[in-house]
Amino acid sequence: MLKELGRGLLTTFKMLLEGPVTTSYPEEKREVRPRFRGRHVLKRYDNGLEKCIGCSLCAAACPADAIFVEASENTDEERYSPGERYASTYEINMLRCIYCGFCEDACPTEAVVLGDNYELSFTDRHDAIYTKDLLLEPASEGRPTTPQTVEPGVYTRSVPQMENPKD
Amino acid sequence: MRKQVRLTIDDRQITAPAGTLIVNAAKQIGIDIPVFCYHPKMEPVGMCRMCLVEVGRPIIDRNTGQPVLEDGQPKIQFGPKLETACTTPVSEGMVVRGMSEKAKAGQNEIVEFLLTSHPLDCPICDKGGECPLQNLTMEHGPGKSRFLYDEKFHLEKRVPLGDLIFLDRERCIQCARCIRFQDEIAGEPVIGFYNRGRATDIVTYTDPGFDSVFSGNTTDICPVGALTTSDFRFGARTWELKSTASVCGQCPVGCNIVFNTRREAKADGRIVIKRVMPRQNEQVNEIWLCDKGRFAYHYTENGARLSRPLVKKNGKLEASSWDEAAAIAGGKLRSADGEVVVLASGRLSNEDLFNLKSLADGLGGKALLYTQMGGGDLTARFGVGAGTNFGEMGAGTTILVAASDLYNEAPVWHLRVKGAAKRGATVIVANGRETKLDAFAKYVVRYAYGDEVETINGLQQKEKIGEAITSAENLVVLFGSDGLGLNGTSNLAAACAELVQGRAGKPNNGLIGVWPKANDQGAWEIGFRPTDDLSSELKGKTVYVVAADPAGDDPQLAAALKEAKFVIAQELFQTATADLADVVLPAQAYTERDGSFTSGERRAQRFYAAVPAFGESQADYAITALVADAAGVELADSAGQVFENLVVTVEAFAGLTYEILAETAEQWPVVGRGDMYYGGTTYENTRGLGAHLVGWGERGETASRPRVQEETELRPKEGQWLAVPVTKLYDQGLTVRSSKLLESHIGAATVTLHPEAAKRLGAGAGELVEISLNGTTAQVSVLLDETVSASVALLPRGMGLPISGPVVAGLKKV
Repeated sequence: MLKELGRGLLTTFKMLLEGPVTTSYPEEKREVRPRFRGRHVLKRYDNGLEKCIGCSLCAAACPADAIFVEASENTDEERYSPGERYASTYEINMLRCIYCGFCEDACPTEAVVLGDNYELSFTDRHDAIYTKDLLLEPASEGRPTTPQTVEPGVYTRSVPQMENPKD
Repeated sequence: MRKQVRLTIDDRQITAPAGTLIVNAAKQIGIDIPVFCYHPKMEPVGMCRMCLVEVGRPIIDRNTGQPVLEDGQPKIQFGPKLETACTTPVSEGMVVRGMSEKAKAGQNEIVEFLLTSHPLDCPICDKGGECPLQNLTMEHGPGKSRFLYDEKFHLEKRVPLGDLIFLDRERCIQCARCIRFQDEIAGEPVIGFYNRGRATDIVTYTDPGFDSVFSGNTTDICPVGALTTSDFRFGARTWELKSTASVCGQCPVGCNIVFNTRREAKADGRIVIKRVMPRQNEQVNEIWLCDKGRFAYHYTENGARLSRPLVKKNGKLEASSWDEAAAIAGGKLRSADGEVVVLASGRLSNEDLFNLKSLADGLGGKALLYTQMGGGDLTARFGVGAGTNFGEMGAGTTILVAASDLYNEAPVWHLRVKGAAKRGATVIVANGRETKLDAFAKYVVRYAYGDEVETINGLQQKEKIGEAITSAENLVVLFGSDGLGLNGTSNLAAACAELVQGRAGKPNNGLIGVWPKANDQGAWEIGFRPTDDLSSELKGKTVYVVAADPAGDDPQLAAALKEAKFVIAQELFQTATADLADVVLPAQAYTERDGSFTSGERRAQRFYAAVPAFGESQADYAITALVADAAGVELADSAGQVFENLVVTVEAFAGLTYEILAETAEQWPVVGRGDMYYGGTTYENTRGLGAHLVGWGERGETASRPRVQEETELRPKEGQWLAVPVTKLYDQGLTVRSSKLLESHIGAATVTLHPEAAKRLGAGAGELVEISLNGTTAQVSVLLDETVSASVALLPRGMGLPISGPVVAGLKKV
């Protein structure tokens, strides 16, 4: 019996010498896995234009009915995205979202991506609705934001490269 | 009856009348053969080749003329090539294989071919979700293209054909459905093909572009997203929309429609109408809808609408509560001692009008119809019988269109009368000027404005026209208000009624009024009557004005309203009449509530609430019930209950119930189901075809001979003009002008003159002239029309000029 007791205590003492497995969140944050699904981000192209074309396929794919999209028409004087259509309203209700990532799969332009951010908290239900300005990533350094005034006839395609899907 | 032939389609034996196309024969037994260019309402052209099937015919022995038998069965020989099911008529013993591997391969290849240059931009396409090409690509598409992306033919994606219709050249598959619709069905070939081969392109020939009031229909039958409306452009995805059945409230045709609605952030989270689509009713509008019905709905969501009851305090209208407003209005009506006038227009539903009539009766007051067109008592008696259907009229039917510009007054009737003419019906147009229907009429009778009654009376004496009228198997007479006022139309109606007197109550026979409002017929049936002298009727009375703006239409009526004892206005907007009112009650638009309209063909049709009410507004019948309660008259306040009361009180509605109005039946062609490629995106009718009112003939009553009233003739003196009112489809009416989209179609007030007459005046086309009539002077621009008489000036109604009937006017150059 003593033998068993000694073996148990040995484990205890061994663990005492090792460091703790817990991290002191939030001072210390663990890196998420590559395919982690956190809060959504609306991506931009390198030139600053939004990838989202307001097609609402994410909303159609969403099993929780968390996404709401309204589209409007682009002009060359006021261009948000390539092609004719852009999302003038894009909202995700983070309380409804189940982070399944179907929206990401449905997106034809890879505009909506589930990011790394899992730190969501709200004190009001309305705050849980993330609007387009909260979801859209900022334009990269030195790049113009949207809307942009562009040369006519350049951005005529909504989905820039229509290729066969790669196997 | 045509000879019946037996054939086999996909192993199913059927019989079909000889001459039926394979695609239709298959459809009738529920087999869908894919099509793009074929449309059941149009002639087949076999352009897209999508409907390729294997067709086999029995081998006939030349010596005996009998089929060669093999194992007791006729030996079938299949052609070496596939045939198009949309152009091949059925024949005896034919065997069709639409699902065989060979047929499937052919269909698959056609889809692959059509997709060679298709942009595949379904994510941003307005047709996405209800697109025949998308559906058939999912079914037959190759999944992978054998063509290189770089070799795709890129074309312009945003081409406005007119201000209402956009063309995407890349998406077009050159099926010519739109071109054929404009040509065959609308009779306005304003678009066509340009160029050849891959560069084939749809272009418009007119300026302004796509100048047709039926243009919206091309977007319904376009099997791809090439044609889309500017109204719905990127408005929503089709699967996000809710649909509510309704009836168009713009004209007396009563087209069945669907309101597609969606909650919108742009509209502060309200549920709004995103688009109007036709709903199939083969007896009313088939699957078509005019552009006014499709695009003029925006008034319902105008933010300027009345949202709260208003009560005049110290000479100013102030916001009030329903209780207070109803108590004041009801109190005044009760204390008026029968000196009450209820003035309502045909924009209201049957339920609203019945409650208003009951209130007027209960108070011992008058129920007046606000209109400039008479003769409804005659259409109620000699109206077309149950089962009337323009779609069935053809040889043997005579249709007389008297003093009506159907194209502007009731476009879908224009389209249907034109269709009847194409099938062999004799169309007679009698008018004081050229109308668009003239081109399709067998006889055109031109008269001088003022001679309408004599002309109609004299028709039977004319040799050929008289023959066409008297010996016609079926006779339908449509009368309108082109160039006429209340008295003129009443007299014209009487003259027209004499032509159909003996035929009343029979299907496809009778009198139809081309009313200015959707439910004028219902108002007449319920007992509303117009009056010659509205001004004197209003003076000194307690007036309850509903859905009418007399003060805004005519300064004389405004003056009369000022002399009224007390004015209650029930409206959508703060109109000039509402400005003069002591109590203003906000009414709901018909899109926000239930009810029913009676069409010009005397068909009662239900509509349903599509969107929530605006502000605190209430349904007209409910407001009337509220006011009546305060006035000591008890009325029902739910649509269903009011309709039940209506049915037991008004004989014409006897036997009808909401359930009967909501009944449906199988219709041909089958549209709006899963196979959108066959009939287009028109909705299937699942919420009711409506029902015909009981006619006098059916009630076994004999009608008395209509009475013709005397009218003073107007003869302009030298230097004066005879100004006559005509109807313009897109006017400045309350229910039209809120649509920004139609602004350029509405335009400013005009006067139409003969070119010679205009030259005498010294004014050219588009120049301004000053017109003075009925004590008003205004500047209007000149339009020229060679078919107008020399001293006649045509003035469109509802364009800001007070013209209720023919009147002597002065014109001078500015």
